[in-house]
Amino acid sequence: MSDRLILGIESSCDETGFGIVRLGPDGSLELLADEVASSVEEHARFGGVVPEVASRAHLEALVPTMRRALDASGVELSQIHSIAVTAGPGLAGALLVGVSAAKAYAAALGKPLYGVNHLAGHVAADTLQHGPLPQRCLALLVSGGHSQLLLIEGGLANSITEIGSTVDDAAGEAYDKVARLLDLPYPGGPPIDKLAKTGNGCAIAFPRGLTGPRDAKYDFSFSGLKTSVARWVERAEQAGEEIPLADVAASFQEAVADVLTAKAIRAAKDLDVDTLVISGGVAANSRLSGLAAERCAENGIELRVPRPRLCTDNGAMIAALGAHLVHAGAKPSSMDISTTPGLPVGTVQIL
Amino acid sequence: MLVLAVDTATPAVTAGVVELAPDSPPRLLAKRVTLNAKAHGELLTPHISDSLEEAGKTYADLDAIVVGAGPGPFTGLRVGLATAAALGQALNRPVYPVATTDAIAKDAASGRPLLVATDARRKEVYWAAYDAAGRRTDGPHVERPQDLAEKLPKLGVHHATGEGAEIYQEILGLDLLGVKHPSPEGLVAAAAAEVLAKARPAALTPLYLRRPDAVEPTGRKRVTRA
Ligand SMILES: [Zn+2]
Repeated sequence: MSDRLILGIESSCDETGFGIVRLGPDGSLELLADEVASSVEEHARFGGVVPEVASRAHLEALVPTMRRALDASGVELSQIHSIAVTAGPGLAGALLVGVSAAKAYAAALGKPLYGVNHLAGHVAADTLQHGPLPQRCLALLVSGGHSQLLLIEGGLANSITEIGSTVDDAAGEAYDKVARLLDLPYPGGPPIDKLAKTGNGCAIAFPRGLTGPRDAKYDFSFSGLKTSVARWVERAEQAGEEIPLADVAASFQEAVADVLTAKAIRAAKDLDVDTLVISGGVAANSRLSGLAAERCAENGIELRVPRPRLCTDNGAMIAALGAHLVHAGAKPSSMDISTTPGLPVGTVQIL
Repeated sequence: MLVLAVDTATPAVTAGVVELAPDSPPRLLAKRVTLNAKAHGELLTPHISDSLEEAGKTYADLDAIVVGAGPGPFTGLRVGLATAAALGQALNRPVYPVATTDAIAKDAASGRPLLVATDARRKEVYWAAYDAAGRRTDGPHVERPQDLAEKLPKLGVHHATGEGAEIYQEILGLDLLGVKHPSPEGLVAAAAAEVLAKARPAALTPLYLRRPDAVEPTGRKRVTRA
């Protein structure tokens, strides 16, 4: 069997992504195009993603972003073998734009359609850089929209089990909220990371959520941490003290990275897994990847973190997941599939 | 010319295959229409494929695509435009947007001044006014029916059509025609001159008429840097 070209379309949040991946007969993946149009700047003044603004931007970006992906790869639409699209989870109106377009491309070109899970896509992104996943591995997904620990067995097309998730805010959401508190721009991850580098992460002992002996072992909670930072800052303001912004940022970041990595390592040891993948927008955070590297090395766990461009939402990760499904011989989705904003991570594909 | 027409600006999921020739009205070959305001995303592409199949045609046979650009509730409206845009790109065919109200006016073809008013939800209507020849003279706008009612004498319309006109008939006080959703023929008729002339299509810009609901946070400045 010869190479197959898989097109991936992503529109679950504020990035319109088109990616093209070459799937070899042996299941190997080669990234040919990864074009993203982001509406993040339009959301900045609102301090978070505005669904209607994102949906409007997706519709405008569709055709030009697809064009750029074709141009970048030198691929003609007629050469595409299959089309994968994020069908959930995500913002309802945003998902609908990508899925509507994907159905139209698939119908017009007479190609199979795969409606896939965005979260599984984040894990698939890593296989574009580091090759196939081992038989069993653990994935920590952290972004503005999700914080989850997943156990993947027998490959992405086979079995994904959520073993832990956030009970309130996503990690990236906590960054955005704390950034606002410190008068830093949206999205909060990069500016807090930068400021934290000049501060002391041990200066303030912010709480580590859900780490008590009776708490859920693998679940996360960031809402209490955010409140604790707010209280600390208020108290200092009222006392007329100068706020040590860098120390606040570093101590907050330390608390997030500590909890995420500690729980991931614990899960890996409990489940006897020796590979940890960290993906999602927050994976690019320097303290998270640094601390994860330290702790993985101490525990003999192989750490895989895709480059930042692959960690954030994009079409390449969806193309990669589509390629895994095609290689595994998965049946295409029906052309009347619905978008599913609350799609559980265990459902890799909507049939 | 073989023209595909789609519209998702009203609760109807509309797709149809239409034959268009100079100097004769558009002729419907096949259509699929489902009334379900929540199923645009699921049904539109299957409806297109089914219409083509019934007409004995393929996607490659299409010469042009006409799409209703609204006004209409946002989420459903975008399904038609995203679908049409992707089809146009995949098939390398022109995509012509038309105001959905124009297509409804073509369908009503009353020969007298007409108001088209569709349901904009939130107790408002999307409306446009047409003269006896079917040319749009005002709109489309989004407005409360009470405010629209005050403008009716000036608009000089004799009767109305569309779901909005029906829901608010007591307020608008106009006789009703029965056309509520655009037909494939009406959509193609609204773009016929451009399609036949192979004109360069206008941008596929939805007629949202409303700004997104979004509030800028207040009191964001909590800490003043030294
Ligand atoms: Zn994501």
